[in-house]
Amino acid sequence: MKDSTHEPYPDPHHGHYSKTVFGFWIYLLTDFMLFAAYFAAYVVLQTSTFGGPGGKEIFNYPLVLTQTLILLTAAFTSGIGGVFAHRRSKQGALISFLVTFVLGVVFLSLQISDYHHLIATGNSWERSAFLTAYFNLVGLHTIHIVFGLCWIIVFLIPLCREGITEIILTRLSCLRMFWQFLAIVWIFIFTIVYLAGVNV
Amino acid sequence: MIDSHHGWNTSFKPLVWGFIISIVCTLLAYFLTRYQVFTGWTLTHIVVVIAILEAFALLIFFMHLLLESRPRWNLMMFLFLVLVVVVVIGGTMWIMYNLNYNVMPSMQAGISL
Repeated sequence: MKDSTHEPYPDPHHGHYSKTVFGFWIYLLTDFMLFAAYFAAYVVLQTSTFGGPGGKEIFNYPLVLTQTLILLTAAFTSGIGGVFAHRRSKQGALISFLVTFVLGVVFLSLQISDYHHLIATGNSWERSAFLTAYFNLVGLHTIHIVFGLCWIIVFLIPLCREGITEIILTRLSCLRMFWQFLAIVWIFIFTIVYLAGVNV
Repeated sequence: MIDSHHGWNTSFKPLVWGFIISIVCTLLAYFLTRYQVFTGWTLTHIVVVIAILEAFALLIFFMHLLLESRPRWNLMMFLFLVLVVVVVIGGTMWIMYNLNYNVMPSMQAGISL
């Protein structure tokens, strides 16, 4: 059932594309294992507030919902960018990944303002084991966001200059998967840290 | 993801479906929590199940898990991840809660863990 007008460039099973994308998939899974260790630490330490505030007293729930919706939209637009790349539409891919970049910057600035608010009100990572685990888990995700943003810039420059070649299509596919991975990790942070945190 | 024959690489439709499902799951979990429709462990279980469903929607519709043809290397690696995550998180919770239960009673001197 091959679509002759939009036939993808790569050989589906043996080419550079499929090997790289498979390798990147394994990288994402190992990255998720790293997050699993942080989640385990957070779940164990979330009640260790040392007399300080618990999660439901300091979390800003409407802000967190906004961030979740922004990151899901970023994963969606990066998926759109991936489809445009497979259709060999340079302009479509460029615009989609630029939208992803803007959404990522908005997410990052909301996240940093949230950190700033917590630290300014005396609830930094020094306050309790709970806050240490919180800043570690959410901070690890924030660092991934920063890398993802740098990575979009690094990949869009050769996309502008060369158009969609096989190597650039491979890179954009990895970039798309990275942003979708960030959204999946954030769903679990949203659920385990923020939503399930109302019970702690 | 690796396969080209299913056409998902060049179609917007699965993306739109994945996006709608994930938004609905997010809002559902959020409002169940905020309006306290459920509380306690029931709430925790429900939101975790919703998160797992949402993650699978994204894995299938966005990242094309389960859609490759044999030998399904991506799926094999994913199942190994699930095993590792269950061991790490489940094992940690199991050990640490037993540790608290067995060790803490002798230390009840007003220290809140």
